[in-house]
Amino acid sequence: MEQVQFLGPGMDPVSENRPHPVPSGESLHWLTLGEVSHGGQQCFLVSALWAPGMKAGPPQPAGSLPLALAPLSTFSKRPLSTAVLEALSAEESSKARNLENRLEIDGFPPSPLVVKDFIVLRGLCSPALGRPGQLLNGHTNNWAVLVCTSRFWFNYRHVANTLSVYRSVKRLGIPDSHIVLMLADDMACNPRNPKPATVFSHKNMELNVYGDDVEVDYRSYEVTVENFLRVLTGRVPPSTPRSKRLLSDDRSNILIYMTGHGGNGFLKFQDSEEITNVELADAFEQMWQKRRYHEMLFIIDTCQGASMYERFYSPNVMALASSQVGEDSLSHQPDLAIGVHLMDRYTFYVLEFLEEIHPASQANMNDLFQVCPKSLCVSTPGHRTDLFQRNPQNVLITDFFGSVRKVEITTERVALKPDPSSLGYSHLKCQKDEELTEPLNYAEQLPVAQIIHQKPKQKEWHPPGGFILGLWALILMVFFKTYGIKHMKYVF
Amino acid sequence: MYVGNYGKDPGLGRAGVRSWPYHLLVLCVLLNPFTPLSLTFLKMRRMDLISFQRCHVLCSLYPLAMGLLLDSHRRRALARLLLRLNTPLCVVSYVAGVVWFLALAFSPLTQNTYISENAMGSTMVEEQFEGGEHALSYARDFIAQRRKTGNLPVAWLERTMRSVGLEVYSQSFSRTLPFPDETHERYMVSGTNVYGILRAPRAASTESLVLIVPSSPGTLNAQAVGLLLSLAAYFRSQIYWAKDIIFLVTEHDLLGTEAWLEAYHDVNITGMQSSALRGRAGAIQAAVALELNSDVVTSLDVAVEGLNGQLPNLDLLNLFHAFCQKEALLCTLQGKLQHSDWASLGGSLHGLQTLMLMVLRQASGRPHGPHGLFLRYHVEAITLRGINSFRQYKYDMTAVGKTLEGMFRKLNNLLERLHQSYFFYLLPSLSRFVSIGLYMPAIGFLLFIPGLKALELWVKLNKVDFSPEEQLGPLQLVGQDVRGVALTPLVAPVLISQATGLALYLLPVMGQHVAAQHFPVAEAEAVVLTLLAIYVAGLALPHSTHRVVSSTPRGPDSGWMALKLLALLYLALQLGCISLFNFSLGFLLAVTMVPAAALTQPSGPRLLYAVLLVLVSPGATLLGSLFLWRELQEAPLTLAEGWQLFLGALAQGVLDHHLYGALLFPLLSLGLYPCWLLFWNVLFWK
Repeated sequence: MEQVQFLGPGMDPVSENRPHPVPSGESLHWLTLGEVSHGGQQCFLVSALWAPGMKAGPPQPAGSLPLALAPLSTFSKRPLSTAVLEALSAEESSKARNLENRLEIDGFPPSPLVVKDFIVLRGLCSPALGRPGQLLNGHTNNWAVLVCTSRFWFNYRHVANTLSVYRSVKRLGIPDSHIVLMLADDMACNPRNPKPATVFSHKNMELNVYGDDVEVDYRSYEVTVENFLRVLTGRVPPSTPRSKRLLSDDRSNILIYMTGHGGNGFLKFQDSEEITNVELADAFEQMWQKRRYHEMLFIIDTCQGASMYERFYSPNVMALASSQVGEDSLSHQPDLAIGVHLMDRYTFYVLEFLEEIHPASQANMNDLFQVCPKSLCVSTPGHRTDLFQRNPQNVLITDFFGSVRKVEITTERVALKPDPSSLGYSHLKCQKDEELTEPLNYAEQLPVAQIIHQKPKQKEWHPPGGFILGLWALILMVFFKTYGIKHMKYVF
Repeated sequence: MYVGNYGKDPGLGRAGVRSWPYHLLVLCVLLNPFTPLSLTFLKMRRMDLISFQRCHVLCSLYPLAMGLLLDSHRRRALARLLLRLNTPLCVVSYVAGVVWFLALAFSPLTQNTYISENAMGSTMVEEQFEGGEHALSYARDFIAQRRKTGNLPVAWLERTMRSVGLEVYSQSFSRTLPFPDETHERYMVSGTNVYGILRAPRAASTESLVLIVPSSPGTLNAQAVGLLLSLAAYFRSQIYWAKDIIFLVTEHDLLGTEAWLEAYHDVNITGMQSSALRGRAGAIQAAVALELNSDVVTSLDVAVEGLNGQLPNLDLLNLFHAFCQKEALLCTLQGKLQHSDWASLGGSLHGLQTLMLMVLRQASGRPHGPHGLFLRYHVEAITLRGINSFRQYKYDMTAVGKTLEGMFRKLNNLLERLHQSYFFYLLPSLSRFVSIGLYMPAIGFLLFIPGLKALELWVKLNKVDFSPEEQLGPLQLVGQDVRGVALTPLVAPVLISQATGLALYLLPVMGQHVAAQHFPVAEAEAVVLTLLAIYVAGLALPHSTHRVVSSTPRGPDSGWMALKLLALLYLALQLGCISLFNFSLGFLLAVTMVPAAALTQPSGPRLLYAVLLVLVSPGATLLGSLFLWRELQEAPLTLAEGWQLFLGALAQGVLDHHLYGALLFPLLSLGLYPCWLLFWNVLFWK
C-alpha cells in the first residue's frame, strides 16, 4: 500500500515525478477521468495529459464535459509507476474505456492531447466514496484559515488555542502554503512571558504549540475584519503574496477556526472592531458563489459561539461552537508560573482529541461533536449540520483537518487501445470548441431556497415618515398660534 | 406695545401679518438637532420605532412645558404652591439627604468590590519571594549607617542598590517652609532622595512602576527600606518585567516625595529647589508606598485618601485586597478591621463608622501618605502601613514581601493605565464600596434646599406674583421698577466679606514676623493666632455696612432678602463645585451650613440663629470634625487636647497649602468664610 499525498492546485509538478518528459514550454495536466469499482473498492482514474502548444494554466473545460477536471494535482512522493488497466475486470475496463470514448465524443480535443497513462488509484476512503460519481463531488485539496482575534498578554489562551489547531492540521498534512494563520503574535516574545519563545497549551509546560516553524501570515495589527473577509472572499490586493491568500477552489475543503472574545452575534477583533454573524454568513455565501470551497468546517471557540453560525445559509457548511447563546466559554489550564490561563476548555479537549488522530484514522465528525461534553466544558458545545449534505457519520476528521488521502497503486498493467479515429481531430476544431464553450453551470448541489425558507419578518407598523414631521409642524403651529412669536425669547 | 399684552391672549390674527419669518422659524425648528438625529438612529436601526416615537413625543413636550411656564396664570399658581410647600419641602429634603448618607453603609447601596481590569483580573501570580531575612539584615545595616551618618545614608543606599543591579541616581532638594512646622519640627529642610531603576530586560523603557519608602528622622521606616532592597534584589533576578520598576527612598517624607515627583515630571509648582533627575523610566503607571517600622507586623493598613481628597482607581485597592485574602493577611482600612457579617446591623454600623472616618479624612484634603502626591500626576497610588499591635499572630517580612511581589507582578501585566474601575467612591470596608452614582443624591438633596429657599426669596422679591390678580394690570406696572432686585446695597457687604476672606488667606503668613516681633509668640503660633484673630474679627466687622450706600428703601425686607438670595446662590454654587471633586468636604460643609443658612433671617429668635450660625461656621466645623474623628477612632479627646489639635490642624492646613498645593485653606478662607459672613450680615441686618 502506498500513501500518496495530493497536493493542491497551484503546486508545481515535481519534475522527477513526471512519467514522461514534457516538452519545455508546455504544461502537464493531470486529469481525473472518473472512477471505477475494482474488487469492491473505489478506484480513481487519473490521466496525465499534455497538449502540445498548450501553455501553462488549467485546461479549459469543454461545454458539456461530464468530467470534472482535477486541477493540476500531482504526486510528490514517488515517480509514477505505469498504471495499467489490464487487470481490471472486463466491465470495468470497458467503463474506463467508455470514459475515454466519452472524452472523444464530447469533443474534448484528444488529438493534441496524448493520453499517456492511466493510473489506478485505489481509494481507501470512507464508504461514502462508494457512491458512483463521488469523486466528481469529492475534494481534492484542503485549506485551513485559523484566526485568533485577540491580542494582549492576558489573552494568551486564544493564541494557544489557535496554535494548537495549527499544530494539528499541520501534523495531519496541510502544508503551510495551505494554511492562512492570523495571529496577534505577541505571546512568545512578550516581555511578560517567563518562558520566552514558547506558547504552551498544557500545564507544567508539557506541550509547546509554538514549535519551531510557525508561519504566521497575518500578524498583530494585520488581523482585522477587513483582512479576514478579504482572505475568505479572495478580494485581496494584487500585491498580496501567495502565502497570504486563500487560493481555494470548488474542490477545496476548508477548515475555518476562530477564537476570541465574542458576544451574541459578534466576535471582537482586537479591541477595535468586530465581525457579526450576518457578515460572516454573507462572506461564506460569497465564497460559495465564487466557488471557493467544496465543503467547509467552521469551528469557533468564544462566548455565545453558537450565535455566530446561526445565520449561515450557504450549502456544505458544517459548524461547531464551544457554547450556546447565553453561555460563556471558559478557560482551562491555569498556569501559575506563566501567570495566565493557557487554553480554553473547548479547544483544549479538541486538541486532546486531535492528538489521537492520525492520517489513517477513521474517526468521523460525530466523534468530534462528542469531544467536550458539558461535564468537561461547563458550556454546552453546539454544532450545525443541516446545511451539510453528507451525514456527519460519513465525514472523516481528516477530510478537514488533514490533506491526506490513502491511495493504492496497482502494479498491474492496463492496456489502452488508442482509437485511431480520435487522431483525426484537428487543432482548429479544438479552438473552435473552446470558443463555443458556454459558461459552465455550477451543479445545483443544494436547494438553498428550500432549505432556507425563512418567512420574511413581519414589519412592525409605524407611521409614515411624513407623519412625524407633520406632528412636529402641528405642535409648533399650535404653540405659535397660542402664544405668539414674541414669547420665543422665553423659549430660547 | 406687546408688553401690555402680557398674560393675555396674544391674539390669533397676528400670525398672518408677517407670515414668512414665521414659516421660516417653523422650518428652522423642524431642522433642529433632534430630527436628523432621530432619523439617523432610524437608519441605523439601532432604535426601534416605538422608542423613536417616544423620543419625539418627549421632544415635543418641551414647547408645551415652556408654554405652561409662560402662562402667567399657571405660573402664579406654581409660585403659590412653592411658597406654601417650601418649608416642608426643605425639611423633607434635609432629612432625606442625611438619611441617604447614613444609609450608604447599608447593603442595598454598597456593592462588593471586584477587579474590573482584565489584565489584572484574569492573570495569575505565584509569589516566590523568600527574602524576608535578607530584608531584616538590610534594615539593621540601614539603621547602623543611619546612626553613623546622622541623616539618610545616601552613599550606603547607592552602593547597596548598585550591588543588587539597579541603575542608581540621587536627587538633592531643599525647601524653606513659610513658617516653622512645629509638628515635624522643621523649618529649613534639605535632603536627598535615592532611587534605583530596574530596567525591564525585554521591553522599552516607556512605562514604570514605583515602590516608594519615605524615611524621615521621625519615622525611619528601616524595615521598609530593607524590604525594598530585598525586593529589588529578587525582582532583578526575574525576567518577566514589562515595565521598569523604580525603587525610591525619599527623605523628609512628603517633601522629598514632592521634590522627586516635580523633578520627574519636570514641573515646579510649589517652589521646591531640587536638582534635576538624571535617570527616568517612562510614564509611571502605579505606585505603592510602604511604611514599616517593626520586624513583624500584625496587620497592614491601607491609606487611599490623597491630596484634595483625590482617590486612586478602585482597582488598585481591589488588587491589594485580593492579595490580602490570598496571603491570609490581616488588612485594615482606617485602622478598622472588617466586620465578619455584613448583613447584620452590627456589620453595617461598623461599616458606617469606617465610612465616616473615610469621609473625614477625605474632607481634610491632606495627603495621607506619600501616595497622596502621586495622584496629582494621575499616577494611581496607595500607601501600605505595617501595624504591630498586641495581637498574637504576626506576619514576617516574607509575607509582606509576597504581597508586594504579587501586586507588582499584576501591575506589570497592565496594558493601559488603571481606568476600568471607579475613581470616585466611598469605602465602608475593604471589600465593599459605594459608587459615585449612589452617594451623590445625598448632597443633591441638601443642595436642593438653598435652591428652594432662593426661589422663595425670588418670588417674594417679585411681588407681582403676590398681589391679587386684579391689581396685576400690567400697564400699571410698566415703568415702575418694583420688581427685581436692587443690587447696590449688596455691594458693600459682599466686598467687605470678600476682603476679610482675602485678609484671612494672606495676612497670617505675611504678617508672622511682625506678629512675632510685637507679641511674645513664636512664628508658628503667630500664624495660627493671627488666623483666629482675623476670623473672629470678621464677625464684628461687616454687618450693617449696607446703610452707608443704601438710599432708596424698596420695602422693609427687600434688602436682607436680596443679600440672602445672593448668599444662598453663592453657597449652593460653591458647595456644588466642591462636592464634584471632593464629595466628603462638600457634604460635611453642606450638612452643617445649609440648615443654618436657610434659617437665618433678621427677625425671630436672633440669638438662637447667631449661636447656630457660629456653630456651623467653617472653623467650628473643623473643630467638630476633629472631635468626631477621634470619637470614631475610639480615642476621645478632652477639650484641651481638642483645642491643641485644632491649633495644630490650622497650622498644618496652611502649611499643606503652601507646601503641596492643598486647596482646603484657600477654599475656606476665600470662598466659604466670606459666604458665611454674608449670612452673618443677613442675621444682623437693620
